[in-house]
Amino acid sequence: MPKKTIIPIGPCHPLQEEPEFFKLHVDGEKVIGIDIELGYNHRGMEKISEGKTFEQTVFLVERICGICSTSHPIACVQAVENCGDIPVPPRALYIRSIIGEMERLHSHLLWLGLAGHFLGFNTLWMWVWRYREDLLNMFEYITGNRNHYSMMKPGGVRRDIKNEDVPALVKTIAGLRKPLDLFRAVVMEDPLLQARTKGVGCLTKQDVIDFCAVGPVARSSGLDIDVRRDHPHAAYGMVDFKVITTKNGDVFDKVVVRILEMFESISIIEQCCKALPSTPGPVDSNPKEVVPGEGIGHYEAPRGEVIHYIRSDGTNRPARHKVRAPSYVNVATNAKAVLGQYIADATIILGAVDPCYCCTERMAAIDAGTGAKLLDAKELLRLSRQKTEDLKRQMGVEGPKLDMGAFA
Amino acid sequence: MRIPAQEQVLPVLREKLGGRLLDATVKSPVRIFLLVSAADIMEVSRVIFRDLEARLQTATATDAPDAFEILYHWAFDYIGCVVSVRVKLDKQKPEIDSIAPLCRGAEWIEREMWELMGIAFRGHPDLRHLLLMDDWPAGKFPLRRDFKGLNA
Repeated sequence: MPKKTIIPIGPCHPLQEEPEFFKLHVDGEKVIGIDIELGYNHRGMEKISEGKTFEQTVFLVERICGICSTSHPIACVQAVENCGDIPVPPRALYIRSIIGEMERLHSHLLWLGLAGHFLGFNTLWMWVWRYREDLLNMFEYITGNRNHYSMMKPGGVRRDIKNEDVPALVKTIAGLRKPLDLFRAVVMEDPLLQARTKGVGCLTKQDVIDFCAVGPVARSSGLDIDVRRDHPHAAYGMVDFKVITTKNGDVFDKVVVRILEMFESISIIEQCCKALPSTPGPVDSNPKEVVPGEGIGHYEAPRGEVIHYIRSDGTNRPARHKVRAPSYVNVATNAKAVLGQYIADATIILGAVDPCYCCTERMAAIDAGTGAKLLDAKELLRLSRQKTEDLKRQMGVEGPKLDMGAFA
Repeated sequence: MRIPAQEQVLPVLREKLGGRLLDATVKSPVRIFLLVSAADIMEVSRVIFRDLEARLQTATATDAPDAFEILYHWAFDYIGCVVSVRVKLDKQKPEIDSIAPLCRGAEWIEREMWELMGIAFRGHPDLRHLLLMDDWPAGKFPLRRDFKGLNA
């Protein structure tokens, strides 16, 4: 048996927003296997939900995850509506899509900034997050909160977007186009970033089908699926947008899919805002009860499809509430993506999935042969950044330049 | 083979599954619930996953009054329809074939149903704890109705 080294990544690692444990089995510089351990953050939400009323459940699922804090509620209220055949007024559908797409923008920007940080491009990180701040301020303006907007409820939304607030919203969202275009050019055309991400951590179309992967992970490997288009809900049947797909399934393509998706999100929000003033309220159908039965609701979260299943027995509480978040299926693909790759690339491959562990639910290095050597999280980040610096020297380039003069 | 249109889902499934399809409930044109026997789950899943190119969204295990139920949720993304395949398992000895050898996407969710609901998956390649700690006592299943805490 060949001598192999095990590199533990986690349970607490700066790459991850939350605890998760990856054990990388390495032979020299190459990754030959991976163990993924979840459960460091298991909160028993499904069981808790059985003790809440249908209205309270929405607040509970909103707290599954802070980044996609509106995707779970949208899927959840749709499951309840599906179960009880509850109608939703059109104005509420537009508002749901606006909030959902604003969340996608802020989530993709968060990820893009972090990806830059892991690769050692801290300028990119800071600028990307500066524009994310505009979005969060807008969230506060229209919903009252920067995160956890509490907008969804079975039968509609909790808070209307006032017609007089729409121009300010459109101005902020449209204002993101120019900086986004700059980020797109920097990321997609820079030779150094390409050298770090192209051909790294590839997943084939067959791989993503086998793993039942969803979202940008599936789309970057050429699997053309998007819940927004395929299973129309909220206002997505009433607006035009493209589903972005690429063929290679490497880290680069995952970046490309997310960046191009942001432009689509801007367009969706603009279309919804245009329709909003001519779509009168109410924004809530005030359902009084949920009839016995079962319902399924799903929504395209920034990371992929989130699905909620709710069973009602005629009381005001769910008899069973099942939640499946996108990272649950996407993180599993790492078992394939890191095989045969270098340790220095492992951080960015694991990060390319944009994992969210609060939704699903760790990295350091131990020598299995001697049990002596220990590479910790800091060391792995250092390795990743070192590789970028080495490439800079070899290629004789300086790395991406961000000329933000016009925006500063 | 792909199902040509939304309204063709049930006819195609009836034709492909034949006598294996015990019951079908159409909640709405895009939400269909099927009932099949636990013994047929491998063949039914093969038809839906391989022949009809559906995607396994997830599976839900429920502690219902008369049986343990598993619902396999399959998404037909190309026609916008979700088909949930229901199997009922004996309360005393809940056992079913694992579909993970057919579809890798089922691996984690089966591990989860095994540890939380106590359903045995025959032929699962790697049946270990997923969410619970490794030294969780055997025979305690937190999602079952009769679970009152570890010290109860």
